[in-house]
Amino acid sequence: MWDYTDKVKEHFLHPHNVGEIENPDGVAEIGSIACGDALKLTFKLDEQKRIKDAKFKTFGCASAIASASALTEIIKGKTLEEALKVTNQDIADYLGGLPPEKMHCSVMGQEALEKAIQNYKGTPAPQKEGQIVCECFGVTDREIEREVRENHLTTIEEVTNYTKAGGGCKKCHEKIQQIIDTVYAQAKPEAPEELKPRLTNIQKIRMVEDTIAKEIRPSLRHDGGDIDLIDVIGNRVLVATRGACASCKASQQTLKGFVECKLRDLVSPELIVEEVSP
Amino acid sequence: MKTIYLDNNATTQVAPEVLEEMLPYFHELYGNPSSMHSFGGQVAKKLAEAREKVATLIGASPDEIIFTSCGTESDNTAILSALAVAPEKRHVVTSRVEHPAVKVLCERLAEKGCRVTAVDVDAEGNLDMDQYESSLTPDTAIVSLMWANNETGVIFPVEEAARLARDRGILFHTDAVQAVGKLPLNLKRNAIDMLSFSGHKLHAPKGIGVLYVRKGTRFSPYLIGGHQEKGRRGGTENTPSIIGLGKACELAALNLEQENTKVRRLRDRMEREILSRIPNSRVNGGKASRLPNTTNISFEFVEGESILLLMDEYGICASSGSACTSGSLQPSHVLRAMGVPYTMAHGSVRFSLSVYNTDADVDLVIETLPPIIARLREMSPYWTPEAIACNV
Repeated sequence: MWDYTDKVKEHFLHPHNVGEIENPDGVAEIGSIACGDALKLTFKLDEQKRIKDAKFKTFGCASAIASASALTEIIKGKTLEEALKVTNQDIADYLGGLPPEKMHCSVMGQEALEKAIQNYKGTPAPQKEGQIVCECFGVTDREIEREVRENHLTTIEEVTNYTKAGGGCKKCHEKIQQIIDTVYAQAKPEAPEELKPRLTNIQKIRMVEDTIAKEIRPSLRHDGGDIDLIDVIGNRVLVATRGACASCKASQQTLKGFVECKLRDLVSPELIVEEVSP
Repeated sequence: MKTIYLDNNATTQVAPEVLEEMLPYFHELYGNPSSMHSFGGQVAKKLAEAREKVATLIGASPDEIIFTSCGTESDNTAILSALAVAPEKRHVVTSRVEHPAVKVLCERLAEKGCRVTAVDVDAEGNLDMDQYESSLTPDTAIVSLMWANNETGVIFPVEEAARLARDRGILFHTDAVQAVGKLPLNLKRNAIDMLSFSGHKLHAPKGIGVLYVRKGTRFSPYLIGGHQEKGRRGGTENTPSIIGLGKACELAALNLEQENTKVRRLRDRMEREILSRIPNSRVNGGKASRLPNTTNISFEFVEGESILLLMDEYGICASSGSACTSGSLQPSHVLRAMGVPYTMAHGSVRFSLSVYNTDADVDLVIETLPPIIARLREMSPYWTPEAIACNV
């Protein structure tokens, strides 16, 4: 049994601000059902541009629900500038602390908040930056770097507790250690821009097909899903979802976070994946 | 608040008769059974009786019984022994759904250079027998397959699997921790060479295990020390627990019928009612041959730890295969091996009953659980009209 504080238990048993605001000013959805937790945050501003109301929906464990409840309480009444300063540690502190293995719940809260504010400002949420390090949970090097820096993480286990990275097959542990080492070495050389030769259309289509068959489809099938390539128009890759993906709420996340990342990584960084119904 | 204990695959209550049998051996009759004096000798006599009762339950003879400290020790001893007595063979066959006592040991063995084949299961948790048979090679030192799965209750055809192994001269071990006391077993009538089980799953205390080793099986001990257990397991005997286990095995033989009538009826009623009252729910391994006391039910779009903690508010004890409860960030390896989709795997709850459960316990669960699931679904971003429409 987890050693939850009374405050965590209280916010789990009687969560505040559950639900969804109609016509919200800002909205964000993060996490996925495959990863075991997800959060949808909506907020509304008043005339002074302060957060008047915030609501959440969460799929997850007790600490995920409590963290989301705490988040909505913390940000109410704050300006967006103030809200952006809220850290995952603030959420954990509000709850009197979280078990180390559950810190990723507070990180999820912070990420949802940032994304909802970006949504309000109309800046399209940046695509997942960086390279995926943890394939199991789709965590990038940038995300790991950020948590290492902000929460002073020094071990792989801590990185897993905060980001989930490395919590599945463990194959990325070496890479995580490298990231930790790099952060603490303070010498973080920017990854050199990869110079890929311009592809002809036919080359591009072949590479997209190849990447879907070899890199993407096996993972999706593992979860009972699939995608079909419908067309490639310029840099737009049109796909249709099949099987479990077709009915999965998280499929958008999968398309953007996994399929697009893979295609950008292995074919061309300019590709944009779009879902079409065939 | 009354405890409604539906987690008997995790551990069980020590039966009052068992406790009573044990008590004198802590404080009054504390002698060492190996001693020359009659004060210790009387305990040795009692141990022999217990060994006899344990052997009777599984159809073994008393000298085939080795007492250990737990199921994990028995599992480890069996597999390591098989590798020790046949150093020329470096292949182990097991399944993808074993208990960590076997699974993690096999992973370690693989790291040390053994070849390990983990046989697949189908969507209902049934062992792929064709794959199993074709995995047996002249290099195979041992097969270790569980008799019944701790998470789903699905039963493997271990007697058939043991015969196939024996035909090829391969040792066969089964982790029968969940099967002993729930299924009738008779080791005189099958080809199983080694069998492990644990006291605390059948109303004996924690800290006592059994390894059955068929007469004539080459054996290499794991704990090296004194002459106890005929030199097959060093260490002073845990006398009160062995005596308690003897009593528990005697009771288990008497209760075996009840497990398959009363307990099965309670389990079936609970399962039926839950499925009919809660949409988007399903039984994992429900179509397979299962233990009479176990049901593993998935509730789509909610997470297991939350379900358990809300049930805990009513005193209901169960367990889950969700990531948050496994401590590993991924849902149970058993459900993943069965290909249970993530939407279901994270929301799985295992109820495991015993002869001590009543209809009132089942009533409380079937009244309490639907509003708990509804409440969590209200909170879940995945509980959408489309999701509700595709009830499974």
